[in-house]
Amino acid sequence: MTHATVLKIRSALLAPAIAIVVSVVVSAFALQVSGHSSVAALRAMFNYVTTTDSLVSILNRAAPLYVVSLGVAIGFKMNLFNIGADGQYRLAALMAAGASSTFSLPRPFHILAVMLIATAVGAAWAAIPGVLKVTRNVNEVVSTIMLNFVATGISAYLLINYMRNESQPNVAETKSVPKSARLPSLNGLLEDIGIHLPRLAVLNSFLPIAIVVGILFYILVWRTRFGFDLRVTGTNPAAAKTSGVNAKAMIVKTIMISGGLAGLAATGFLLTDFTKYNETFPLGLPFTGIAVALLGRNHPGGIAVAAFAWMSVETASRGLLDEKIPPEISKILLGTLLISSVISFEVVRRRTLTQAIRQAASATPGAHSGGLPPTEPTPAGATA
Amino acid sequence: MTETAAPQVLAIELRGIVKRFPGVVANDGVNLRVRSGSVHAIVGENGAGKSTLMKTLYGAHRPDEGEIMLAGEHVTLKSPREAIARGIGMVFQHFMLADNLTVWENVVLGDEPGSRTHLSHKMARDAIVELGTRYGLRVNPDSYVSDLGVGDKQRVEILKVLFRGARIIILDEPTAVLVPQEVQALFTSLRSLTAEGVTVIFISHKLDEVLSVADDITVIRAGRTVGEVAPADVTAHDLAEMMVGRELPRPVPRTDAPSEKVEIQLDRVTVAGLGDRDALHEVSLSVRLGEVVGIAGVEGNGQSELLDAIMGLRHLKSGSISVAGHSIDALSTRDRRESGIGYIPEDRQKDGLCLAAPLWENVMLGHQGSRPFSLRGWINRLAAKKATREIIAAYDVRTPSAEVAAAALSGGNQQKLIVGREMTADPSVLIAAHPTRGIDVGAQAAIWDHIRAARTKGLAVLLVSADLEELLALSDTLLVMLRGEVVAQVDPHTVTTADLGAYMTGARKGTVPA
Amino acid sequence: MNNLSARFFALSPVKRALVATGLGLLALAITRVIAGADDLTSGNTLIATIAAAAPIIAVALGGLYSERSGVANIGLEGMMVLGTWFAAFAGWHWGPWAALVGGAFGGLLGGLLHALATVTFGVDQIISGVAINFIAPGVARFLSSELFVGKGANGEGTISGSPNIKHAMGRFKVPGLAGWLKTIDNKRWFFISDLAAVLRAFVDNMAWSTLIILLLIPISIYVLWRTPFGLRLRSIGEKPSAAESLGVAVYRMKYISLAISGSLAGLGGAWLVVNVRQYNEGQTAGRGFLGLAALIFGNWQPIGVALGALLFSYGLSLQETIGSKPIKALYLFIAGAFLALCLFMVFGRRSKRAALGLAISAAGLFTFYVNTEKVASQIVYVTPYVIVLIVITFASKHSRPPAAVGVPWRRGQST
Repeated sequence: MTHATVLKIRSALLAPAIAIVVSVVVSAFALQVSGHSSVAALRAMFNYVTTTDSLVSILNRAAPLYVVSLGVAIGFKMNLFNIGADGQYRLAALMAAGASSTFSLPRPFHILAVMLIATAVGAAWAAIPGVLKVTRNVNEVVSTIMLNFVATGISAYLLINYMRNESQPNVAETKSVPKSARLPSLNGLLEDIGIHLPRLAVLNSFLPIAIVVGILFYILVWRTRFGFDLRVTGTNPAAAKTSGVNAKAMIVKTIMISGGLAGLAATGFLLTDFTKYNETFPLGLPFTGIAVALLGRNHPGGIAVAAFAWMSVETASRGLLDEKIPPEISKILLGTLLISSVISFEVVRRRTLTQAIRQAASATPGAHSGGLPPTEPTPAGATA
Repeated sequence: MTETAAPQVLAIELRGIVKRFPGVVANDGVNLRVRSGSVHAIVGENGAGKSTLMKTLYGAHRPDEGEIMLAGEHVTLKSPREAIARGIGMVFQHFMLADNLTVWENVVLGDEPGSRTHLSHKMARDAIVELGTRYGLRVNPDSYVSDLGVGDKQRVEILKVLFRGARIIILDEPTAVLVPQEVQALFTSLRSLTAEGVTVIFISHKLDEVLSVADDITVIRAGRTVGEVAPADVTAHDLAEMMVGRELPRPVPRTDAPSEKVEIQLDRVTVAGLGDRDALHEVSLSVRLGEVVGIAGVEGNGQSELLDAIMGLRHLKSGSISVAGHSIDALSTRDRRESGIGYIPEDRQKDGLCLAAPLWENVMLGHQGSRPFSLRGWINRLAAKKATREIIAAYDVRTPSAEVAAAALSGGNQQKLIVGREMTADPSVLIAAHPTRGIDVGAQAAIWDHIRAARTKGLAVLLVSADLEELLALSDTLLVMLRGEVVAQVDPHTVTTADLGAYMTGARKGTVPA
Repeated sequence: MNNLSARFFALSPVKRALVATGLGLLALAITRVIAGADDLTSGNTLIATIAAAAPIIAVALGGLYSERSGVANIGLEGMMVLGTWFAAFAGWHWGPWAALVGGAFGGLLGGLLHALATVTFGVDQIISGVAINFIAPGVARFLSSELFVGKGANGEGTISGSPNIKHAMGRFKVPGLAGWLKTIDNKRWFFISDLAAVLRAFVDNMAWSTLIILLLIPISIYVLWRTPFGLRLRSIGEKPSAAESLGVAVYRMKYISLAISGSLAGLGGAWLVVNVRQYNEGQTAGRGFLGLAALIFGNWQPIGVALGALLFSYGLSLQETIGSKPIKALYLFIAGAFLALCLFMVFGRRSKRAALGLAISAAGLFTFYVNTEKVASQIVYVTPYVIVLIVITFASKHSRPPAAVGVPWRRGQST
């Protein structure tokens, strides 16, 4: 292993390590202060989460979380803050649920069609703040937040007035997604390769879809010219402009991809466990997605780890109930993990960059034009 | 040097100031003697050490060696706040004014009149009106700074320092952004100031102006004081010669001649600037294949705007630009680069590189849409890395590999990489802005060789530089820009550096063939 | 027409607000007479409006201090949540006034955390704000599980609801004046009664907590524009390098402004708790974001911000009001407003396209008014947000955010 690779790995792991340590310490402290044993807590969580049931549940829920986080991350990579994932997700879920029962196709095509509808709705709703930003310079944080509220209102209106399942007059919900649009379970396939899952632990097939999306994300961002333009715009907008990138087009395209992914993530729940859109549909996902994207530092691998870890902690906390330890400690753990990650990422990033620049400057044998002190550029921008 | 009859009080005296930075000695023994109540000009080219000297004077940093004396007393200035307390006020070239605040708010900020719980608008306004009347710097205290013209903004900056009791005012290139009428108004104000006993130091490279308003002049070159004169005793020509230095070595005349075919042409290009002034005014020039056209001029005279206009980063107010006979006005920056315009930007770290990205990605910057780096939207990493390795070899970029981040390279190696990347794309026109600024002599020589080699192969090069040696070494034709216009065209083989300096500073009017 | 608009914008902000409110009131009065919807401007509606506006005003003012000092504060919602929890805790032990103080304290903690992340560590301001929004509900929930569950006079504390606060916040009524205005209000005379209703809203049955928050508006105007502290605070939001060169301690001022910002957001949360004498999970319901929108809508001026908050609260309180007549009438009002704006633009020779758009929208809204029986509650819910979005989009040219807001600034930076 070359020295450079060692340094690279070390700098990549240093910040998350610091963050994990800080959050664990804070949570342990909170537990101690409220009179509980952190050791007992850890044991309970570990025992609960290492059962097959838990693992399946984690994977099922981590997959849509992963997809929505990717959507948020692609925006972050370009310093675009798509806080509107919430509204995009919601509308996509509703429209996909409502539309799925209005036509019928053989199974794989039906699923594909519904996913396409969800993605398209998410992308379209995201296009609004994108266009507003490039034409009227409207700050996307505010416009997406406003549009989240509007999406809530619109989806409620559409649900009650147009997409309602008439045969259930007491509840506001859509018709169930037809069987031909539902994602199949993977249990059968796993049986074939020798893994036996308990009958009630159904691993659904959104997981491989999420993995594929992750791979496509990686390819798009690191192997295409579009991705190159995107990354350059995020790290150095001035250089991007000089190199010919069309900033306005990039903004709209990127935010639409972001919204599309949010919409796609909704199908991860809609076409599996929650087959209709109603009050119980999990709506908090995009919010968590933002946190996971930050934790995963906008990288598909990091986000995968973060999504899995996040869901594991959330699931594991259910095991605390038996020990009479408040499961809310998981929120403290995750919350402090987020804050300390965000801080340590920034500090480590800046330090690494200044070190590299300083090394290079002192290696210069002597600048040519006398009198010009070298200027140290201030590294700007969000976490790359 | 003229001696006056009675010994004058020196408001400021600097003796033997030395200031070092990593890799460079910015001030190498500077002396300065400023008489009280005089207008004292400091002249020198870019990189001569003027800004570093000024920072010492107003307390932004401390010199490594040397003494500072105010009215005969030794002082150390530990901070700008201390300098202000001692009566030294600095007026920066780039205004430090908050646009959305009013004049009076900008002036009193930090030293607010009134009490801790009440900011007295009235006291502030009265003070400004009083100062304005006394020193001839009238501005409406209640105007928003964003509504003010450049000349008025400068007045506000001067009022800022006067409000804090400055008796020594330092102005950094004050006329850089002013139109002629505003320049006259400023000079009148300077006279009012000295009439009240205030000492004025101003830094400039515009020798015609310096000669008209200064009482004393100090010339700095390469970090040293090379002359302390009175305007009555020198001509602009003499000053230019002092500023620019000894005769530079003549370039070796080339054996081949540039072709007749014009590759890039600018026709009466005008670009809007701040306020009423055009940043570029009716600039026409052309570069033929196999020719290097150099543009000399002190920075801030329209060169950056010229480059931006050619690259499509700035909108043309009027005029047009064409390459190989076809107008490129409608083309985007990307299209212009892909059509064969290579660009070496003047600020490599801001516009030319992504410091945190590996070298092979930086080599793609500006060419990410063309082969071999990408094909139909897909990036070819192997090709990019291979091309990078070739550039590293051919251009002698000192780096452990093609994978390191650009930030890990020294300035010279970064620049060599950029030059290599642009040349390898086989452009028909190369726009090079300060290509060897801030890099070591060895890298500079290498880059010059590459430019010359490309020229022989038929590349058209437009070279903008503040380094006269570079311009004389490489150019076939040399233009001089001042205040957004091309003011002279000279033959680099025969022009004297003194003449060149004179054209650059407006000390002499040049001629431009039609 | 051009002349009129020039003269309008030349007025001081206070006078402008008065003129705009006066005209708005006149338009509303006309609308309610035409549509027969007396409740549109009844005293009770307006009292509810102003009360509901208080927490949003508090949060928006919090955002004002922060943004005016150059720090974007998306975390207002989280700070408000912390405010609600600490307010309930303090209030349950020591009463409603302690709740206000406790709420401010809770918000202060959030503000300091934001300052630590953005000022000291240089984390991106939006990211830090998002993280705070994230951590706050979790902290509240955990603390509730430890300190609220099973507690309280009737053991009513749960993980998502606190025990009740000792007693309700007092209300005040200006004797005589309140009664007199009420009588006029009930007469429902054209414009006179509407005016009486507006005045009555300030003197009749107002909670002290509401009054405190409303007083913060003129206090903030004074502090920000008439004290040295305020000037320095605004300067670091406009041009921090200039402020630094003149000796202003930029980092320290940012910390102070974020402390104030968090406290105000917390105070807004405290209002909510004092209003229902309890903390409930999710109580803030996005008001932190509404505050942010009001800030932008109000062009970073306290009075504009207050008007923006009132717009949101008017919409919120109307949703709870009886019947849909006043709501239908509102659409008539908006249609009229659009039409007026359209004429304004046509005669003022402004953008023809915008004028056409406004005319079409006005026509559409009028048709909607005439043809609908009952306006769906969701449409009402959505309206304030759409209005804000439209205003922000079309007024972007006049938008004057503090020049350096959102820009990360390190000591010694030259820009």
